[in-house]
Amino acid sequence: MSVFNQSRKSVIQLVFGGIFVVIILQLANLQVFSSKYKVMADDQGKFRKVVYPDRGIVYDRKKKAILQNQTIYDLMVVPNKVRGVDTASLCRILGIDTAVFNKRIVELIIKNGRARPSTFDALLSDEKMAMLNEGMYKFVPGFYLQERPVRSYPIDAGGNILGYLSEVDTNFLKAHKGEGYQIGDYAGKTGLERTYEKVLMGQRGIEYWKRDNKNRLTERFENGQYDTAAIAGDNMHLSLDIALQEFGETLMQNKVGAVVAIDPRTGGVLAMISSPTFKPKYLTGADRKKHYAELLLNPALPLLNRTVNAKYAPGSTFKTLQGLIGLHEGVITPSTPFSCSGAFYGCGKPMRCLDPGVWSLKGAITHSCNTYFANVMQRVINNPKYPNLDSSLNQWARYMHAFGLGHRLGIDVPTERSGSIPNAATYDKIYGDGHWNFCTFRSVSIGQGEVETTPLQVANEMAYLANKGWFITPHMVDSIEGGDKFGLMDKFKEKHQPLEISDSVFEAVHDGMQGVMDGGTGRFAQVPGIVVCGKTGTVENAYGGVKQKDHAFFAAFAPRDNPQIAIAVICENAGFGSTSAAPIASLMIEKYLRDSIAGPERKAKVEQIANLNLIPPRIYKELRRMDSIRHVKDSIYQASKGYIKIVKDSMGLDADDEADAMDKVKNRKDAKKETPVKDSTPVKPKTKIEAVLPDNKVKPEATDTTKIPEV
Amino acid sequence: MNQRNSSIGKGVDWVMVWLYAILVMVGLLCIFSVEYRSTDSVINSFLGFKKNYSKQFFFFVFCIVLATFILLIDSKLFTATANFSYLTGIVLILLTFVIGKEIKGSKSWIPLGFMNLQPVELCKIFTSLALSKFLSMPETNFTKPKSQLIAAAISFLPAVLSIAQGETGLALVYFSFLIPMYREGLPPGYLITGAAMAVLLVISLLFSTKTLLIAFLVVAVLFIFFNRRQVKRSNSLLAMVVIIWAFCSVFVGVLVPFTFKHVFKPYQADRIFSMVGVDNPFADKNAIDLSNPEELKEKKKKTDQQNYNVKQSKIAIGSGGVLGKGFLKGTQTQGDFVPEQHTDFIFTSVGENFGFWGSTLLMLLYLSIIFRIITLAERQRSTFSRVYAYCVAAILFFHVAVNICVTVGLAPVIGITLPLLSYGGSSLITFTILIFILIRLDADRQMVLR
Repeated sequence: MSVFNQSRKSVIQLVFGGIFVVIILQLANLQVFSSKYKVMADDQGKFRKVVYPDRGIVYDRKKKAILQNQTIYDLMVVPNKVRGVDTASLCRILGIDTAVFNKRIVELIIKNGRARPSTFDALLSDEKMAMLNEGMYKFVPGFYLQERPVRSYPIDAGGNILGYLSEVDTNFLKAHKGEGYQIGDYAGKTGLERTYEKVLMGQRGIEYWKRDNKNRLTERFENGQYDTAAIAGDNMHLSLDIALQEFGETLMQNKVGAVVAIDPRTGGVLAMISSPTFKPKYLTGADRKKHYAELLLNPALPLLNRTVNAKYAPGSTFKTLQGLIGLHEGVITPSTPFSCSGAFYGCGKPMRCLDPGVWSLKGAITHSCNTYFANVMQRVINNPKYPNLDSSLNQWARYMHAFGLGHRLGIDVPTERSGSIPNAATYDKIYGDGHWNFCTFRSVSIGQGEVETTPLQVANEMAYLANKGWFITPHMVDSIEGGDKFGLMDKFKEKHQPLEISDSVFEAVHDGMQGVMDGGTGRFAQVPGIVVCGKTGTVENAYGGVKQKDHAFFAAFAPRDNPQIAIAVICENAGFGSTSAAPIASLMIEKYLRDSIAGPERKAKVEQIANLNLIPPRIYKELRRMDSIRHVKDSIYQASKGYIKIVKDSMGLDADDEADAMDKVKNRKDAKKETPVKDSTPVKPKTKIEAVLPDNKVKPEATDTTKIPEV
Repeated sequence: MNQRNSSIGKGVDWVMVWLYAILVMVGLLCIFSVEYRSTDSVINSFLGFKKNYSKQFFFFVFCIVLATFILLIDSKLFTATANFSYLTGIVLILLTFVIGKEIKGSKSWIPLGFMNLQPVELCKIFTSLALSKFLSMPETNFTKPKSQLIAAAISFLPAVLSIAQGETGLALVYFSFLIPMYREGLPPGYLITGAAMAVLLVISLLFSTKTLLIAFLVVAVLFIFFNRRQVKRSNSLLAMVVIIWAFCSVFVGVLVPFTFKHVFKPYQADRIFSMVGVDNPFADKNAIDLSNPEELKEKKKKTDQQNYNVKQSKIAIGSGGVLGKGFLKGTQTQGDFVPEQHTDFIFTSVGENFGFWGSTLLMLLYLSIIFRIITLAERQRSTFSRVYAYCVAAILFFHVAVNICVTVGLAPVIGITLPLLSYGGSSLITFTILIFILIRLDADRQMVLR
């Protein structure tokens, strides 16, 4: 019987075999020819976890940590394990009620799912943390504490220098392609955190994890075979003296201005105070956004680093350099006398002078004689050695550039401005080709007019004088542990000695500056037992077309025969240079050289200066106006959010910084520029000197965020 | 073993035994790879009876005992008790209507305490035996329609009962009995008609009734038009075309809607439609509108779940590539991405861990065991053994083909296991019995059994 239909065996086998072949073909299609499934599998089954190394620690010159890492804790929750947890006591510790608790859990489930850990409460305060830690057994396994490293500032000073971290934005990512940054990473936003980002960041590690269907990380992929370890960032040592910085911030409180102190021997910055300033820890941690908005809207602009990002006419401090140029050009000798009968008459209309008499260089510096320096510059400009005014003025400008003015010095604190030194082109542009002569810009000779310097440049100028002819580019960072791998500090090793000027010339200038302290305009800056060379400056300025109280300037170095500190102090709208700026410089010098302030009299002085309130009244006016706006517009928070957006949009980390962004915001509000007015020169219509302060506090407009101008 | 118990080992086809053992071992490894996490201690969990691989291991041990026992039985017992066991099987299936436990939507399980028994699964054995018994009876003349009808009744009764329980996947397996019947002389016309009917059924599910009626009419008219000369010459051809057309139209236009509206319960109809991946068009529209949206959502969720299963299954298999990721290194397997991976989707772990070469090797293993069974079948002297062997081959083939087609996305999701690999005592025991009865029968291949 079995013979019957035996051929059907082959048919059956054929059918079986055929179907198997079809299946194998489909397998080949899936496994061999199609790559999309591998990609999909990697996407869902593998997780590339970036391991962040510890950021480098920053120390001051006395090895005191001023920027370090701190671990704080987040309370994490896994919603599907919450059942059975002692919710009541958890709520008590966190200070919330059960309804809020439930709401938050529901929100987290919507956001992250039930099985994945989410942050229930971020950045726990110390006391909450302590209480939670104690009762943690009641909350497991639904809740646990997770470490989170943040930057901490052990000493509440130097907010403008150290900078802070913030989440990278798209512009930053665009600019730093291929450096391994991802959305959600933090990078240095301002200050040293930004300049030395590469050094401090260290090298990120990557861990590959397996991920399960609930998006939980389960275990290392291939036991970590493909992982790369994270390498901690390098520590940095600053030349900054944090005690001096703190002291300076105390002295500068309730004032608007800046102090820069440099060690002339190394170019290392000892203190760099911009006032008003902010506590550095304001811009780290949970309340960052709130504080940022407040700071941004403050009319005194605490976020502006005035030491490098504000430009002031240097005033009389400029005269020392004028003297140097005159001597170097050979148009005067230290003993060349000029007489001043109360004004400079060289240009028809007299330029007032406070100290009538006959002065040589020393006396002219000591008494800050305008006439003398007007004459000196006139000789320089009209020097028959040069074929025309263009070339002589340009030569003069080259000298000034060589002294570190008119260009960025290249300090490692971001947002430095160049300042400006006028040259022939400047005046050609303002007055038309050749339609100018020395008399047109004679006020430049005494440091007013088109000359603009940053406080840093003035301090550097003092260092140059102190060193008798050379300076090293000012810098914050002294050394990097493990070496300077990125060549960031190369330019800080170079000694700039632009001109061959004999020591005797400097001695003459030093004599004059010492005279300032002994009996001239700088008597208030005397430091008992230390020979200080200094120069006061009183800078006339106007705000919104209205002449304001003068800026007080004081620049000095000390001690004379072995200079260890060069300092520039500016107090905006503080009046005569000798009453506010000079004592601050004097106390700073004493603090640095002696490590403390000696004697009850000097201590009282500290107290007196610290309590002195020199904030211009218009800032209070602004604040009051803002308060009233706050009443009108119900939500200032909305407004600040809008402005943060404007600032962020226009800021791009590599363009300039907050200050620039603020300028942009300001421009939009057609801010009236601050124009320097001088005693005898009419306000020049075409000269535009960028404002140091915005006249109009930007008006918070909650609904205006869409109308951001193309900046 | 074969030396000591030569009386058991005598005549046993060791190739089959080895193929069986290898497949079960592969299955154990696969289940292990699905469940194992690097933190587990292997030996403890293997003996702990807590993990699935541990359970499967004990099932395997039990199966070895069972297999030995089967090899000790006299072959004549199988022929003698074939009808009785078939009856028992039917009774057991009927029993599930009373004391059945619902697992995964089908009330086809009898809880035994230590495991759940699925009578439909076991009934495959009994049906195979009964079919073999019937076809091997001397008074059966398989060329007669009556015998063919009886054989079909024997084969499909459990399937019908199974569908009534909501277990459609297993019911489909009973179609595989057509293969032994074909081998025994069932005219291929039946199979072709059957296949045509199946196609008709599927398209009647896929397309709307109206479309199909028009399509059939068009096809019939065109056929007559193009063959008008032949049609003129023979009336019988015309009659045939008309009959086929009429049948198809009635089938699609009346039979299918009637069955789905009045014979099946809505959920059964839904299930059948979901098998071909369309929504049930015969569902009472008003009922849907009135029924709460929860139910619709539930239904949607189920389709989504099935799509998700297939997608994940394809990702797991596809990501294995040519060489695979290596044993215990599959990220998809370890991450629990494939649902039901230890049972119906066990093939994905082979695909992911061992890649194309591993999957192909497994396919070849299955093909060898099936072809081996066919070889055994053809060397039997008794019809009983031969039919039985073909039953086993067909069942195995059907399971393997459908299961793997589902995992690679060639077939809609039908819940049937991969023989010997999938986790599950019921399935493993069934196939062990099926195969070892065959081995036992083959050992007595010189005997003529009736």
